Amino acid sequence: MAFTAFASTPAVEQAPRKRSFIALVLLLPGILYLVLFFLTPLISLVLTSFQQPVLDGDIGEYQAGFNWQNYSDSVGEYWPLILRAFGYALVATVLALVISYPIAYVIGVKARRWPLLQSLLLTLVIAPFFISFLLRTLAWKQIMSDEGPIVQALKAVAILPSDGHLTGTTFSVIFGLTYNFIPFMTLPLYATLERLDLRYIEAGADLYASPFTVFRKVTIPLSMPGIVSGTLLTFIPAAGDYINASRDFLGSSSTAMVGNAIEANFLVLQNYPAAAALSIVLMAVILVIVGVYVRRSGTEDLV
Amino acid sequence: MAIASFAESGADLQLTGITKRFPGFTAIEDLDLTIPAGSFFALLGPSGCGKTTTLRLVAGLEEPTEGKILIGGKDVTETKPYQRPVNTVFQSYALFPHMTILENVAFGLKRRKIGDAVAKAHEALKLVELDHLASRRPAQLSGGQQQRVALARAIVNRPALLLLDEPLGALDLKLRRQMQLELKTIQTEVGLTFLHVTHDQEEAMTMADTVAVMNKGRIEQLGAPEELYELPRTAFVANFLGQSNLFTGDVVASGPDHITVDVAGVPIVVPRIRSRRHAGEVAIGVRPEKVTLLTTAPAAETGRNVLGPGRVTDVSFSGVSTQYLVEVPHVGELVVFAQNMVFGPVVNVGAEVWLSWNVEHGFGLDDEPGTVPRFVADDSTESIAIQRRIALEEELEQA
Repeated sequence: MAFTAFASTPAVEQAPRKRSFIALVLLLPGILYLVLFFLTPLISLVLTSFQQPVLDGDIGEYQAGFNWQNYSDSVGEYWPLILRAFGYALVATVLALVISYPIAYVIGVKARRWPLLQSLLLTLVIAPFFISFLLRTLAWKQIMSDEGPIVQALKAVAILPSDGHLTGTTFSVIFGLTYNFIPFMTLPLYATLERLDLRYIEAGADLYASPFTVFRKVTIPLSMPGIVSGTLLTFIPAAGDYINASRDFLGSSSTAMVGNAIEANFLVLQNYPAAAALSIVLMAVILVIVGVYVRRSGTEDLV
Repeated sequence: MAIASFAESGADLQLTGITKRFPGFTAIEDLDLTIPAGSFFALLGPSGCGKTTTLRLVAGLEEPTEGKILIGGKDVTETKPYQRPVNTVFQSYALFPHMTILENVAFGLKRRKIGDAVAKAHEALKLVELDHLASRRPAQLSGGQQQRVALARAIVNRPALLLLDEPLGALDLKLRRQMQLELKTIQTEVGLTFLHVTHDQEEAMTMADTVAVMNKGRIEQLGAPEELYELPRTAFVANFLGQSNLFTGDVVASGPDHITVDVAGVPIVVPRIRSRRHAGEVAIGVRPEKVTLLTTAPAAETGRNVLGPGRVTDVSFSGVSTQYLVEVPHVGELVVFAQNMVFGPVVNVGAEVWLSWNVEHGFGLDDEPGTVPRFVADDSTESIAIQRRIALEEELEQA
């Protein structure tokens, strides 16, 4: 008995071992890619964030070290920009959600009976991607410029004071962020709403719920997977964005976000440790926010 | 908001002149229907006959093209689904996947702001014996359990009218029997009006007080199950509710109590009151279990019709009874059900037999003459097999 038991053990184990070997081979390219292009730069970034200046060296010359002060210094100097980045990203995400939800609902639910219309509308949502977003953002700068028709009109009806501007304001930066990220919000929302089973909505109406209550209690909870992925796809890149808030585009020095500070430190001031420290702070804060958000939104049951 | 209290008792439902057209086809044509309060009413028909559309019209999920819908004497044609004193047990159950079983059941009560919603939901779950699963999610339940939750979610609201859309379709046979009994018990206990839509004739006959057989957007016949079975008015009813042997022929003699029809040269007698047409070419029939198989030619006898001789072409044993197919020259194939009083079949394939039945068991149909071929085609085993397969495929599709 004992002998047969021993003899049969390797045979049983062989199958899963073989399978895990194939799995490893299949995963290898991905793992290599991540090690090379994600892990290596990440470690390099962490090391850079602790570097200290070379004594009597040139500007931008640093050596390995363990300079904790890089973090406290850069956060101490740039905390308003960090706060502003998350504030802008939050407002832009909420605005993009409010604008995208009806669009996604129309395409995914109302237009279901006309597949041709559905794909046409979907193409319109994606169409802006065919033009570089730098160009599109510059175009908005033109449209909102002081000589442009919008500013002129707003001044004419005294909504904007005679010395007012649109570009370089909080408004234009949030506008740009919202505009640029709307497709990233609309597409995941559409993907969820397109699969929404309308029988649940009928069941809600049958159970005495008014259309508004059905929307609140049935439609919204059932579209949570789309809302969560849409808000993440908008919030994360928006928080680190440095194009919209840049002086060359829709922003000014008073609207600078943490992304602009990182850019300036890396490319202009050549203060690499400060830029690296800011990047890591940005990454850590986003990780914490996203972690809490995904936990709280309770989408585990739906996805 | 809708009605803020429970219905005291079931309400009657009245449909007058309902027509529903979809782009390209008419689902329901000028339908008049009255369902008395407190009754268990079944709408029976094949798929695509308009029965589910009728149900959705009553629930308010579709709007009729023409006609009026009255519940308890009140015109609800223009009102929205959430304003109607009606609840539906959906074919797909449509339990909210993001809520627990308890939240699902309490949903309707909370919308109507009825006090003690949670306690009442627990009570309804106890009624369907699922209170121990109250905190689970629908996805964690089996099909039968989900069905019972769907029932509890509708019943807890004490609607004046409960609509059941093939709610037992996805259940296996044993569970379906059990649920049929439970439904019937609940209906009698609570006294609500039930409108049950099904394509399962056995389910309709065992559960409902009144059955309406629907075909192509019209009601073919309406009545108590026994009445429909014993005296079908049309070939469609005769074949959809059970099986029938149908013949056509000219009326050759018409007496005060009986008419005689010439079926391929054989005089067949049908009671006058059991037949719809009394002159010209008519269609008549008899149920397979009313027919007796004889191995010798019987002596002519008043009060019995005799056909034969014919040849047995197929024998299939099904436990309580045996089904024989008998080919009678010039008449066609007949079906005979014989109870298994002895062991196994009485005759084998190829045997020569005569068929005989009591004159009083025959019935005459209302159908227009000229639709003859379909009678013959409809009760062949092949077409029955096709029908069964279609029904099965539908069930699988829905599951």
